[in-house]
Amino acid sequence: MLVLLIARLTVLELLRRRLFLVLIGLTLIVVALTSWGIAQVTTVGGRPMTRVEQVTVVSQLLILVGFMFSFTLSFSAVFAGAPSLSGDLESGTALAILARPISRAEFVIGKWLGVIATILIYALPTTALQLFLVDRIVQYVPPHPFEFVGFMVIEGIVVLTLALALSTRLAGMVGGVVALILWGVAWIGGIVGGVGLVLNNATATHIGTATRLILPTDGMWRGAVWALEPATIIAAIRASGPAAAGNPFFASEPPDALYLAWTAAWIVAFLGLAIWSFQQREI
Amino acid sequence: MIDTPAIVTRDLAKRYGALQALAGLNMTIPRGAIFGFLGPNGAGKTTSVKLLLGLARPTSGSAEILGQPIGERASRRRVGYLPELFRYQPWLTAREVLLLHCELAGVDRAAWSREIEDALAVVGLQDRGSSRVGTFSKGMQQRLGLGVALLGDPELVLLDEPTSALDPVGRHDVREIIRGLRDRGVTVFLNSHLLSEVEQVCDRVAVVDRGKVIAEGTLDELLRSDTVRMRVSGLPRGAKDQLAPFGAIDEDGDWLVVRGVDADRVPDLVAHVVGLGGRVHAVEPRHETLEDRFLRLLSGD
Repeated sequence: MLVLLIARLTVLELLRRRLFLVLIGLTLIVVALTSWGIAQVTTVGGRPMTRVEQVTVVSQLLILVGFMFSFTLSFSAVFAGAPSLSGDLESGTALAILARPISRAEFVIGKWLGVIATILIYALPTTALQLFLVDRIVQYVPPHPFEFVGFMVIEGIVVLTLALALSTRLAGMVGGVVALILWGVAWIGGIVGGVGLVLNNATATHIGTATRLILPTDGMWRGAVWALEPATIIAAIRASGPAAAGNPFFASEPPDALYLAWTAAWIVAFLGLAIWSFQQREI
Repeated sequence: MIDTPAIVTRDLAKRYGALQALAGLNMTIPRGAIFGFLGPNGAGKTTSVKLLLGLARPTSGSAEILGQPIGERASRRRVGYLPELFRYQPWLTAREVLLLHCELAGVDRAAWSREIEDALAVVGLQDRGSSRVGTFSKGMQQRLGLGVALLGDPELVLLDEPTSALDPVGRHDVREIIRGLRDRGVTVFLNSHLLSEVEQVCDRVAVVDRGKVIAEGTLDELLRSDTVRMRVSGLPRGAKDQLAPFGAIDEDGDWLVVRGVDADRVPDLVAHVVGLGGRVHAVEPRHETLEDRFLRLLSGD
């Protein structure tokens, strides 16, 4: 299977380059620091916290840590994906490979799977370690830990697929910057949509919906937030009225099945676009 | 299948925007030939190789390699390729690069280890097999690329400027490798602008310029001399003009240079000069080097 051969080669490349080791090292430091920080959250106003207070604070801290994970995951996906095809073309390493009996589609899908595998190698152990440490320190497990990891990884796959499609035509640096800007625009778009709901402003709501459809990264991030929120907090914030909709660190519901299907279709479509664009490319 | 030529092209053309990189390439390269593809920089040599390997698509025309239409996966099954821009994964060792290409080329797993060690030995990298490619000099990378091209018992090997980064010893080694391929019946397509290199190993040559083949044939055919130099004294003024039917006449000091004269007519030419009152001291066919011929072809002479 040449697809798996290219995937293996891609994983090996990412693991042997320093970026990955640096990323793992820094993430482990952050995990250690947040775990230490959470262990300090025991008192409020000089008296010991109640369990409800502790869960509230810890769950919100975890959402911020989750954002750090989502951020580094998306950025790593972009940094790995944006130069993956263009870099091989610029350096010339693609010439010897593509002159072999391998199709362009196999090459692109192999690269895609390789980066996804690397994302998983990074994300699964680090998030598992973080959640495990929090559980050991304050006996708190977020309500949907697997969904949290799942939404975050899908967010990474979405932005990776975008970066890979850009990589068929743009130099690594340019494609990477474009992908990150779009990722940021989608995040802001989510906030604008939320503000639209708060203010009952149809235009802003439509902007939010459109960005959610054009690039489903923020939609997945909201899913990850929802997965970390205890039911009590969701109930409390909902009761406080619609204002919370403007908060990018809050989600009252998980993405629905239709939106998940849209996200899957989006990934397939952009992967198809990447393959088509690479097939048309002269080398 | 073995009866099909190694490479056939029919009006193969490639246009990049306003630039006509290749303008109707027609050639047939028989199996087992060592084919030199000569031309100045920018003549369309690398473009031709990329079209043959399906790395770029022709604007028009068609071609087959090893009996398969270009661009199809099957056409690349028994082909080795050393790109002009030879770069291999710097984070892999030389052995790992060769292993990667064994897998890509579909070499039988049982043969991998032997293929890899053979390739390393042939290109003189047996001591550096476990070193990362990132630590290699350009010359070593080109040697590795040659090893990659030789993997898996190819029937056709395309070498694009294979000695551009090599020292004289390396160039000699490459010639020996090419001769070894000839002995095994492998067809070699050698892209080069190094005329002496081509002259030493190739048995057929095409000269390409501005996207067109301007001469093709065996080296003997291409360098066949149709020029004779004669040292003549005592030839009356104006008598020279009477030699015009034999060919174009030039003077070079004591020497008369007659171009375009058929070898069979040289005795007649000498007799004619003597008949006109000339004393002939020497007659010699002018042997052309590939370089002379090449420069003359490019100047449109």
